[in-house]
Amino acid sequence: MSRTNRETFLRDLTPEIEKTGRSWYVVFALLLLVFIAGICGLIHQVDKGHIVTGMRDNVVWGVYIVNFIFFMGLSYAGALVSGTLHLFKTSWRAPVIRLAELITVISLAIGPFFIFFCVGRLERIPYILAFPRIQSPIVWDVIAIMTDVFGAAIFLFVSFIEDFAILRDAENLQIAPWKKKMFRILSLGYTGTPKQKKILTFSRNVMAAMIIAIAIIVYSVLAWIFGVTLQPGWHSTIFGPYFVIAAVFSGVGLLIILMAIFRKIYHLEKYITLKHFVNLGIVLFVIAAFFGYFTFSDYLTKWYGSVKMDKILIDKLFTEFRTYFIFANYIGILTPIIIIAIPRLRTIRNITIAAVIALLALWVNRYIIIVPTLETPFLPIQDTRHDWLFYSPTWVEWSLTAAGVAVFGMLFMIISKLAPIVSISELEEADEKLVNEPVKTRES
Amino acid sequence: MEKKENDSSSRRKFIRKFGLGLGSVAVAGSAAVAAGSSGSGSGETVMLLSADGRLVEVDRASIRIAKAETREKRKEAHRGMPSRKFVMVIDLAKCKNARKCVDACQEGHMLPRDHEWIKIQLLQDSGMTGKYWFPKPCYHCDSPLCVSVCPVGATYKRDDGIVLVDNKRCIGCKFCMTACPYSARVFNWKDPEVDLPKDHVYDPELNVPPVEGTVGKCVFCADRLRNNELPRCVKACPMGVIYFGDLNEDAVTNGAETLRFSSLMVDRFGYRYMEELGTMPSVYYLPPVNRMYPVEIGFEDLDESVSDRYKPRETKKTAKTKK
Repeated sequence: MSRTNRETFLRDLTPEIEKTGRSWYVVFALLLLVFIAGICGLIHQVDKGHIVTGMRDNVVWGVYIVNFIFFMGLSYAGALVSGTLHLFKTSWRAPVIRLAELITVISLAIGPFFIFFCVGRLERIPYILAFPRIQSPIVWDVIAIMTDVFGAAIFLFVSFIEDFAILRDAENLQIAPWKKKMFRILSLGYTGTPKQKKILTFSRNVMAAMIIAIAIIVYSVLAWIFGVTLQPGWHSTIFGPYFVIAAVFSGVGLLIILMAIFRKIYHLEKYITLKHFVNLGIVLFVIAAFFGYFTFSDYLTKWYGSVKMDKILIDKLFTEFRTYFIFANYIGILTPIIIIAIPRLRTIRNITIAAVIALLALWVNRYIIIVPTLETPFLPIQDTRHDWLFYSPTWVEWSLTAAGVAVFGMLFMIISKLAPIVSISELEEADEKLVNEPVKTRES
Repeated sequence: MEKKENDSSSRRKFIRKFGLGLGSVAVAGSAAVAAGSSGSGSGETVMLLSADGRLVEVDRASIRIAKAETREKRKEAHRGMPSRKFVMVIDLAKCKNARKCVDACQEGHMLPRDHEWIKIQLLQDSGMTGKYWFPKPCYHCDSPLCVSVCPVGATYKRDDGIVLVDNKRCIGCKFCMTACPYSARVFNWKDPEVDLPKDHVYDPELNVPPVEGTVGKCVFCADRLRNNELPRCVKACPMGVIYFGDLNEDAVTNGAETLRFSSLMVDRFGYRYMEELGTMPSVYYLPPVNRMYPVEIGFEDLDESVSDRYKPRETKKTAKTKK
């Protein structure tokens, strides 16, 4: 039974790693161009100094930090989602858990680069390891992120081992010899003996539990970089949990988007079904409700009283940043809630649209957390230079932002060519469990 | 621990004995340029003026060693001056925005024109109250958030109360700038392109030259304090607005008059700006009462770029249409 299923899975999922179509190369080349444009921007910035960015003495952190928080948030969300799906043995997780795991590692590989772009002297980054001061939240963050990198990488790897073994043993696979060799090495001699299975299950459970804890801690630490300062808008006790919720919000959104993309391009309609979109949509709904509640609670307390600095900040948010505020905190939160709440609207297309809006809104939400606060220091900015008063990102910052997104896409594309984007072992496991109603599982 | 202290103090003694006190190196360095251009090969001696005013004869070869002493200077700048606690008092009643303090500071620290380590703001506490000029250096807080958040210890608090930035250590993460509630710090967004004396030795106490990609700020002129001189802004102020002194001596001076710090604070109702933030600044203000000049006098003889600063803030929208 299981054997024949495996053959079906392999037949359905491995064509993408066996041969690569022309459109893949075209898209990859386009992304590569975007990446190269970003590199040009970076070279320009290193050459001319940070003066080529939109950052100035008041708004010292701009789009780079927004991207950093954003990508790290995606990573932690991937960890939280995949860890939770795994630990709670969610029955429908099989086709989507691999995507969530990949989000974790790939975002984590990109996020820290935005800190490097933001740092004035790139060559002195090693000083953080050479002369660390433990009272600095940046050092907390460095320790946390490094822990997370190892944790996420191990988590991803142990979840891949079974698949590597399956691919190694698949006789009909038309793949390059180096890929075969890679599978042989990476599967670590796994053959599925009861003892091996026990060890692997145990380590996957431990890593799933750990990765959840690490994700929460790491993202809270990142939030505290802002929370520990005295700046109006940042000096908030809610920032740790607020950031964690926001991260999950964006991460679930991204997962839904990737599901839609890979479903379409790699023809996974059989595996990734409406059920998955609705289930993750409901997760998005719940998180959106929490996120909206936290946002409301944070701004209400600032707005209700009239502490001078809070009032200046809120005024700024409600005038200059009104459009951003409405998009990030009304449209971004309400759209997913409405679309999921009304059963008639729950189509794959609608849920994907809601996810796209949620993802974009969260980026903007980060932007209006960072920039308006820095534009309202305690002592009024008395300056004549327009760029000193108001931050607006330059092409250098945008090019590097685009490059970050491009690298995300490229890494996903490369990995999807090395191993199936849907975990075969997870599918088998789900299949064995639902052996009585296999038709329903795969074709509903 | 004790052994360590002994080590460092003996090293200092050794350097003093060597006849080339550390303080003299910077002076010697600038002198060496002139000597170097006319002098010939090594083995020759040159006359140099040391920091304490003595003429010393130094072999040219030993002057080149000065560069390597940056390390020593940075270490020395970490220690601060023993049994001192520096404090500044700014008398807002006297300030008329002459901006001499800004000029002297910029000149002394080789800052680009748009880098102001001491800024003069025009403040008004509430709609019905008067406006006043408000010089704002770094406050050298006793509970400095900038120091807490620095990940590499590039900015540090010394025993004598001064907070410095070592721009050979600073990685430019700008966390200190977001942590400082007083916007006291500036960032070197581009290469400041400073013409330095050839044998200039970097010293965080002077913090020259500004380095691209690092943070700079007021250093209380720690280099001058070592030579028992007042900070540049204090000396430059024609109104005697800024007083500087030592809390342990309970005295502050603006160069012309010396006052008892404790009674000045009590009698003139001294205060620290935004005491409620708990940063415990070392800079005290005297309230702008019984003013010597009307506030408008501060607008005279200003560059347009400076006077425009104090006009009502344009909003983003009007600014954009103007552009």
